[in-house]
Order: sequence, then structure tokens, then C-alpha cells
Amino acid sequence: MARATTASRKLGLTLLAWTIGIVIFFPILWTALTSFKTEAEAIASPPSFIAFQWTLENYAEVQSRSDYALHFMNSVIISLGSTLVGLLIAVPAAWSMAFVPSRRTKDVLMWMLSTKMLPPVGVLIPIYLLFRDTGLLDSRTGLVIVLTLINLPIIVWMLFTYFREIPGEILEAARMDGAGLKAEILYVLLPMAVPGIASTLLLNVILAWNEAFWTLSLSASQSAPLTAFIASYSSPEGLFYAKLSAASTMAVAPILVLGWFSQKQLVRGLTFGAVK
Amino acid sequence: MKCGLSLIGAAVAAFLGASAQAETLSIATVNNGDMIRMQKLAGHFTKAHPDITLNWVTLEENVLRQRVTTDIATKGGQYDILTIGTYEVPIWSKQKWLMPLDKLGSNYDADDLLPSIRSGLTIDGTLYAAPFYGESSMIMYRKDLFEKAGLTMPEAPTWTFIADAARKLTDKKAEVYGICLRGKAGWGENMAFLSAMANSFGARWFDMSWKPQFNTDAWKKTLTTYLGLMKDAGPPGASSNGFNENLALFQTGKCGMWIDATVAASFVSDPAQSKVADKVGYALAPDNGLGKRSNWLWAWTLAIPASSKKAEAAQSFIAWATSKDYLDLVAREEGWAHVPPGTRSSLYANADYRASAPFADLTLKSIQAADPTRPTVEEVPYTGVQFVAIPEFQGIGTAVGQAFSAALAGQMTADQALQSAQALTTREMTKAGYIK
Repeated sequence: MARATTASRKLGLTLLAWTIGIVIFFPILWTALTSFKTEAEAIASPPSFIAFQWTLENYAEVQSRSDYALHFMNSVIISLGSTLVGLLIAVPAAWSMAFVPSRRTKDVLMWMLSTKMLPPVGVLIPIYLLFRDTGLLDSRTGLVIVLTLINLPIIVWMLFTYFREIPGEILEAARMDGAGLKAEILYVLLPMAVPGIASTLLLNVILAWNEAFWTLSLSASQSAPLTAFIASYSSPEGLFYAKLSAASTMAVAPILVLGWFSQKQLVRGLTFGAVK
Repeated sequence: MKCGLSLIGAAVAAFLGASAQAETLSIATVNNGDMIRMQKLAGHFTKAHPDITLNWVTLEENVLRQRVTTDIATKGGQYDILTIGTYEVPIWSKQKWLMPLDKLGSNYDADDLLPSIRSGLTIDGTLYAAPFYGESSMIMYRKDLFEKAGLTMPEAPTWTFIADAARKLTDKKAEVYGICLRGKAGWGENMAFLSAMANSFGARWFDMSWKPQFNTDAWKKTLTTYLGLMKDAGPPGASSNGFNENLALFQTGKCGMWIDATVAASFVSDPAQSKVADKVGYALAPDNGLGKRSNWLWAWTLAIPASSKKAEAAQSFIAWATSKDYLDLVAREEGWAHVPPGTRSSLYANADYRASAPFADLTLKSIQAADPTRPTVEEVPYTGVQFVAIPEFQGIGTAVGQAFSAALAGQMTADQALQSAQALTTREMTKAGYIK
């Protein structure tokens, strides 16, 4: 009886998980399906799920109209660049907060997190003026700097949470064996923290890849990433849903594949420290 | 060796010389069919001007507006040519953010531009933006449904006729709705339609002392007519419907009538995307016999920001893209049906164009019927038909649009929406210093 209850509970939970998964994934699936329809079929009512005339014309049109390779490379450089620079700053910061905390460490961490609550548009004009005066408008360097600063609190928090799980005694032992600060971080801390750093890196690459406000506000033709590529297919007058869907599918596909292959690390990174 | 060095030197000098002469124009534009066509045909311009290269930045309208406004207000200088609307031109030119277009060339024929469009882009006798395409609004209706209901659409109907016809055409069981109108909140969404509709009911945004007028009978009649009509004969969920949503409904045969931008005519009459392409008729936007119809006036224009250092090249591009020759080029390459409408009188005198665009006459009449300098029955201190050409209008218009959209969704009554609109507009106009 108890076994039957457990089995039915498991089945119920599995069904619930699948339902939630399908509901969350459905918009992406629908976008991908729409990208293979004609514009007329994209707005047909009732909509057809599979039984429509499949076409690649939207992809051909998007490819001929836009420089996908340039936008893609910009996205790769901006998201990877900002994450790597962020890690370079965040690793020593998280180390000091985790292993040499001061009375104000908690306050500093909370303050860092509070900067994420500021609406970005509130600082758009000052940053725009700074970028104008330093020649960073429409440059990859400028976007790497901004996205590094935006994601830094999350990187520091994630690494801090992860570092706190590492016993301080191990680092102490390394110090007693004569390891300096550099050796302690490079040869003891980092190898133990590789899974945490990997999940931090992945999550921040995804966040930077999807960031739309700053990438749209500070780029023009040279540094525009895939967010601008999608925005260029949205039209207030005219139904170009199929083309917009093709552009969206092309933009999210790389990061979706990355997320699929690294889901274990991502889940681990997001849930680490939640249960002690 | 000496000879080799000289050759390298000459090559470097030639390269530097060429670089110094070549100019790259950065053009910010929207993703509308006509703009995309311009990008495709831009090779003709660069072929004739090999010293100029073009960089396109295409964005969604609201994103573009925010980006371009930030850039021009901070003198960022990221763009040499901007695609802006008739709302921005008078405001930005007064701020000295735009360069006057005074070098468009002797062949440009500015007198050929439609007077109502040109007047909205001219400040103190100087043209600050050149119209790329213009639009008004009109009624698109299903001739087959009208015939079935025993109705005949006049060329210039009244609101009473439209309201009556909409209710007769509605068959909710068959998912056919008598009328589809904008309901999505926004100064360029539902408020574009409702401001123009209010003009025909004798309402206005402000009196001559800039006092908001939402507490008048004219506004009450406007809003109650709109809400009643949409409740009885509108599609479900209309408070989320903008241009594209209504276009999809009309093209799939779910609307008996649709009052919206004249450019929609080319979409609904295109058999490749519209199920009802051969059944569409056109009529002027309705009125109430007060001398103003409920049609708006809008144009997408090309302008040069004052921060651009390539004004001469930019003017030559604008002259090309908004010229009569460009219209001929589009007709040659893509057909007359794809020529950007609503900017030049000569286009409407062209027999080939009139033959391929059955809505051409009504588009012209609608554009001519809208006067941005005298948009309302009573006198007003502002210009603009479906907007008020002051910087504060974007914020106020969207907030009022949210109240009216909430009333359409049934979240508040018409009276509550009007009271809310009156209160918030009075507060913002006082804060901005218009009301002393």
C-alpha cells in the first residue's frame, strides 16, 4: 500500500515536472515552429502546430538582410569578455570576504546586491555622457566594461557562497606549508572551486548574452550584439512574426545549446549553499 | 629599393587620401516595409556616390525613439541620419537639435511635397526633415459582409452610421466582430486613435490656457461611444490590440471594419498575406458633422542631428531617398504598389500608381483632410492631430492611454478614466509650468 502511494506520488510529481517544463519551454518551441511558417501561416487562426507548409524562406531573408556573423561575434566577445573580466575582479574579492571577513563584509555584500535593484535607466544619461567623452560609444570594449560592472555583484555573491563551503583549514594548512597568497589562491582555492567557478561563468555568460537594455542603448552598427539583431526585426506596422521568429531562433540557439550541455553545472551553481 | 619605397609611399598616400575623402553615414531607422526596401535599394545611391558608405541601424520604433533621443539630447553623435516622426520634428528643431535641410539640390522639388505633410516639418519657413512616407487613417471594411447585411458604406460616413453598422455586422458566434479599434495603451497606440476620434466629437486636449479638457461633455461622448461600440461589436481582449493585432484579425476575416493607418491598405489588399484581399473597401474616417474627421496625420521622416559632422553627405542621401526619382526607382524594381505613399502630389497624379493602388484616392483625401496646425473644432494652443507637439506629451499621453485602456478592459468606468486623465494631466502640466 505504502509502495503504491510512493509510486503514484512519484508519477504525479513526474507529470507535474513535465507539465511545468513544457509550459516554460513552449514559447521557445512556438517561436522555432513559427520561424518555419510563411507570414500568412504565422497569423493563421486557429494556428497549425505541425501541419503547415514548412519553409526556410525566413532564414534566407534574415541571412540576406543582416550580418548575423558580426552580431554573433559581438555577442560572444561581449558576454565572454565581461564574464572573464568579472571573474578576475570577483575571485580576490570573494576570497577576502569568505576567508578574511571584516565587521562590514555583510554590509558590503548587501550593498553590492542593492546596486542590482537600481533601475538601469536611472544611470543611462551619465553613462552615455561618460562613454561619449571617452569614445566608448558603439564599442565592444565599452559594452564589456558595462556588463562586467552590472554582473559583478552576482559573480561575487556566487563565488562567495561557493568559497564559504571550502574549509578554511585547508587554506591554513597550505599557508603553514609555506604557500604565499598567490599560491594559496591559484593552487589550492581555485582547483577546489572549479565547479563553482564554471557554473558562475556559465550563468554570467547567459545573463550577458541576454542583456538587452545596455547593449541596445550603447551600441549602433559596429558593436551591436544579437539583442540588437532581434530588435531590428520587430515592427510596429506590419506582420513580420515569421521573420522575427527566425531571427529570435538564430539568436537564442547558441545559448540554448550551451545551457543544454551545461545544465548540471548551472543547477549546481544556482542551488549551491541552499542546503547545508 | 628607392623605387619600392616610393611605390609604398604613394600607395599609403593614396589610401590615406581615399580614407580622408570616404565618408560613412550612420543611419538609424525603423523596421517598416518601406524602410527595409530603401536599404535594399541603397546600392543605387552608393553606386552614384562611391565616396559614401552607409551603415544601417534598424530598430523597433520605441527602442529607436529612446536610443535616438538619448543620443541627440547628449550630442552623442552616433548617427548622421535619423528616422523620426512628425511628433519629434517641431520639438527637436526648436531645441536646435536638427540641421535645416537647405541643400537638397535644385532638382528636389520641395513644392511637390504634400502641403499638410510639409507644414508639419517646416518651422519658421525652414524644412528640418524630409518625409519618407506619410499616412493618415481611414476605414477599411469588408464589402461582402456589408452586402450580406444590406448596408452601403458611404465614402464619408458619420459615427452614427459606423456604430449602427458595426453592431449589425457582429456575429460573435462566428467570431466576426463589427469593428476593430486600437485598445493597447500608449500615446502612439490607443491615444493616436482616441485623440483623432475626439477631434471629430469637438473635444480637445487643452484649451488656450493649457487647461486639460477631459472634464468636458465632448470627451465624455467620445469615450462612452468608443467603449460602448467596443463592448457591443469589438473583439475580445481589445485592450491589448494595437496595429499589428488588428491587422492580423482583419486579414483573417474577423473584423467587419477597421479604422487605422492608411498604410494598412497595402497589407490587407495583398493576397499573399490577407484572406480577404479581394473583399476590402475603403472610406474616409467617420465624423460628426462638426467639420473635423477622426483621421490622423503621421509621416516617417529623415533628418540630420546637429551633432553630425557629415551634413553634406547626409543631405545628399536624404535628397535621394525622398526624391521623385526614388519613387520611380521603387516602381521599376518592385512595382508601383510598393512605392512609399503619402509624401508627393505627383505620385497621386500618376495613372500607373492609381491603377495599382485602389486606395490611393482615399489616402490622399485623408491626408489632405488632416490639418496639424488646426486639428480641432475649437481653437487650441498646440499643433498635431493625434498628438500634442510638446515634450511632455509622450508621458502624459501614455498615462491617459493606460486609464482609457483600463476602462476598455472593464477595470474602471468611463467617468473614472476621464477623472483620472484630468487629474494626472493637470498635475503634469502644472509641474511643467504650462498652467500658472
